[in-house]
Amino acid sequence: MSVVPALTKPRRARKLSVDERTTDSGLHIVAVRKPGVPLVEVRLRIPFLGSGATHPARAAVLADSLLTGAGPHDRAELASAIQSLGADLSVGVDADRLLFTGNVLAPALGGLLDLVALVLTEATFAPDEVAREREREIERLSIARSRSGVIAGERLAARMWGDHPYALDLPTADAVAAATPTQVNNLHRDRVRPDGAVLILVGDVSPKRALDQAERALGAWAGRGKKPRIPKLPDPPPSPLLMVDRPGSVQSSLRMATMALPRTDPDYPALQLANLIFGGYFSSRWVENLREDKGYTYGPHSRIDHQVLGSILMLDAEVATEVTAPSLLETTYELGKMATLPVTEHEVESVRQYAIGSLALSTATQTGLASTLSALSAFGLGLDWIIEHPARLQQVSVEDVSAAAANYLAPTRFTSVVVGDAATVADRLAVLGPIEI
Amino acid sequence: MPKLAAALPKLSFDVTHHTLDNGLRVVVSPDRSAPVIGIAVLYDVGIRSEPEGRTGFAHLFEHLMFQGSTNLEKLEHFRYVQSSGGTFNGSTHIDYTNYFESLPSNALERGLFLEADRMRSPRITEENLANQLDVVKNEIRVNVLNRPYGGFPWIYLPAVLFDSFANSHNGYGGFEDLESATVDDATDFFKKYYAPGNAVLSVVGDLDVDETLGLVDRHFGGITKRRTPKRPNFAEPALTAERRETHHDAHAPIPAVAIGYRVPNPVRELDDHLAHILLTEVLTDGDASRLQRRLVQRDHIVTDIAAYIGEFGDPFDERDPTALTISAHYPDAASLDAILRAIDEELERIATDGLDAGELDRVRRRLAAAVLRELDPVISRTLEFAKFELIYGRTEMIAELPSLLEAVSEDAVRRAAGGLQASRRAVLELVAGGSR
Repeated sequence: MSVVPALTKPRRARKLSVDERTTDSGLHIVAVRKPGVPLVEVRLRIPFLGSGATHPARAAVLADSLLTGAGPHDRAELASAIQSLGADLSVGVDADRLLFTGNVLAPALGGLLDLVALVLTEATFAPDEVAREREREIERLSIARSRSGVIAGERLAARMWGDHPYALDLPTADAVAAATPTQVNNLHRDRVRPDGAVLILVGDVSPKRALDQAERALGAWAGRGKKPRIPKLPDPPPSPLLMVDRPGSVQSSLRMATMALPRTDPDYPALQLANLIFGGYFSSRWVENLREDKGYTYGPHSRIDHQVLGSILMLDAEVATEVTAPSLLETTYELGKMATLPVTEHEVESVRQYAIGSLALSTATQTGLASTLSALSAFGLGLDWIIEHPARLQQVSVEDVSAAAANYLAPTRFTSVVVGDAATVADRLAVLGPIEI
Repeated sequence: MPKLAAALPKLSFDVTHHTLDNGLRVVVSPDRSAPVIGIAVLYDVGIRSEPEGRTGFAHLFEHLMFQGSTNLEKLEHFRYVQSSGGTFNGSTHIDYTNYFESLPSNALERGLFLEADRMRSPRITEENLANQLDVVKNEIRVNVLNRPYGGFPWIYLPAVLFDSFANSHNGYGGFEDLESATVDDATDFFKKYYAPGNAVLSVVGDLDVDETLGLVDRHFGGITKRRTPKRPNFAEPALTAERRETHHDAHAPIPAVAIGYRVPNPVRELDDHLAHILLTEVLTDGDASRLQRRLVQRDHIVTDIAAYIGEFGDPFDERDPTALTISAHYPDAASLDAILRAIDEELERIATDGLDAGELDRVRRRLAAAVLRELDPVISRTLEFAKFELIYGRTEMIAELPSLLEAVSEDAVRRAAGGLQASRRAVLELVAGGSR
């Protein structure tokens, strides 16, 4: 009999009070009552996939410039107004979406929504502010690209997606420098539109009242956006390991990726559990081997990234330079083992509980629930998915997990990149298989 | 401008305090809104207490606390937490070290057992020490050595701003020091600092208070009482002459600077401390702040700038002495003097002319909201309760922060700005060695 206390009977989560509606303009609004602290979390997600080579740069400058003035307010006035509500508001962009992220003292929610509406309909894009944000964006890009992991991510994306828009993880500095206020304004006019956008409000609110407030505040935001034609995500072509030289690196960034399944696929829960067993949580095979047995790295991670056009299984590890090749060897070994031998019942039970528990933990907070709902909304999923997912995980069998691992975790499926000191690591990597420098 | 919301929100939490016979201080707070709990143990030892020649030891030791304990083999701690549906972590701070779990509430007793088991005795072996030494060296490589601006400024600024070994040394540790650590060092460190009387246990969430106190007593009550160390006085007086140093960063593409000031005792001079916190918000929080407007928007000489108190940006995380830091990235190495001059001018302007109408109120409101936001997740509330109990001796103080901030006068903020003179600062310039 173990001295470790048994788990007691689990308590059910309380049912959340939620309301949602789609406005005439096509904006979908979801409000969830989640008291706790007297705040409201706000996420406004606007689809932003674009196809042209200049799109990422213009989108970045747009996101950087959106809060530099709107309607009667200059930049500092707008920021003062937001702060006066006890609020915070920021805008970010990636290949899939433009995202407003905010939070506010609950009684002042209406005030923050009014300011968001002002930015959506009357952003100023003053030429001097846009010029300033362009300079800062270029400086931040140079900082980002000095990081080994960012270089690895960019090279991996380019290798997997070729000339597809997903290949360009960050904009180029030249394209940013060329983005004019007029182009940014036009992008705003064409794409920052309510149809297809989703507004999530989570916190100390009455859902119906919050929906009314939001619909009223955003009533003037209208018009249909342009819908660019986006090519399908191609199948990543088979390719040898790419070695990218970063002289003097004391660690190598290892990135490996392959196509996975979206959340809506019936086999997704099994793949989710297979990934956890491989490297998706601390007690996984990869972490226990690479970190707790060998000490090659601080933390290898394996996760499934759900992007709008496809879900990607992504492995990353920063390994000490002198053990770069052995780290790749152990990684390939653990992947190969997943793909060719069955997993155990004990492993499946552990990751099942972890997947159920960590979903409950991450959605037990205002910020966690708001961000999760916003991410799910891109796939037409909502609170029901969060509530029903534990039951789907319960139904997965050991055989299902082994099958998912066999189908998706075979090492030959992966596109791989190593960024590091090539003079030290390339020869030994080449011993393990073909590489390209 | 939109109307201001009503007064800052009032907070109240149901907190029960209890001290076990062995000296362990316990804080329990129920919140039955979701079936999750947080468990945290904070030990009153951090980077500041490392012996000379053992830089980074508090953090290395933190890793060893996860390597097995009285009843558990290596890897079992992680597996028990995660197979219960939970997550865990630990972190080493200037004045304390924390260990915590976020769990479904049906794992309450299991979580308490896991913490008690390692408070009783961790399994420190040569093999585990060697393994975690490699892991920690890789942690330092990924966060410091292989990364632009790695460890800047928290590792390097204290060496310029402070004088004593305790306050100025590298808290992540030099590889030579880390490599010379022994199992005996670890055993001694545990004996000296990890006594139950030197710790606070905080349990928050979906729980019954009496039942929880009973479980705490069952699992922690039998841990033998030991002597607790007396904390030395680490105080250092304000600087009287400016100090300047440079730090070379091989990966950074553009220069950076960190300016540090020794500021009042955050515990004993709480009013002054709060005024300094509000000052940092006035200086750099958001696009309406003084230094964003001056240096980013008007002069166009910095990319970004941030002012904060505490080595890791949490003003309530450290006892005396603590630092106020202003740090910035900037594209042109030649503009450092202009940046310093502009900061001095803006501080002087606040000290002389005071704040604009409404400026202090909006900053205060935002800060209060940020405090609230931090308290929403059960696990961060668990950690904050333990931290305020440990550093301030009063968990309840966190609920009073909005009203304490409300009580800070404009004059106090002006005085704080007036105290940050050039002669009192330490300036660390980061020289960028990477390509753009």
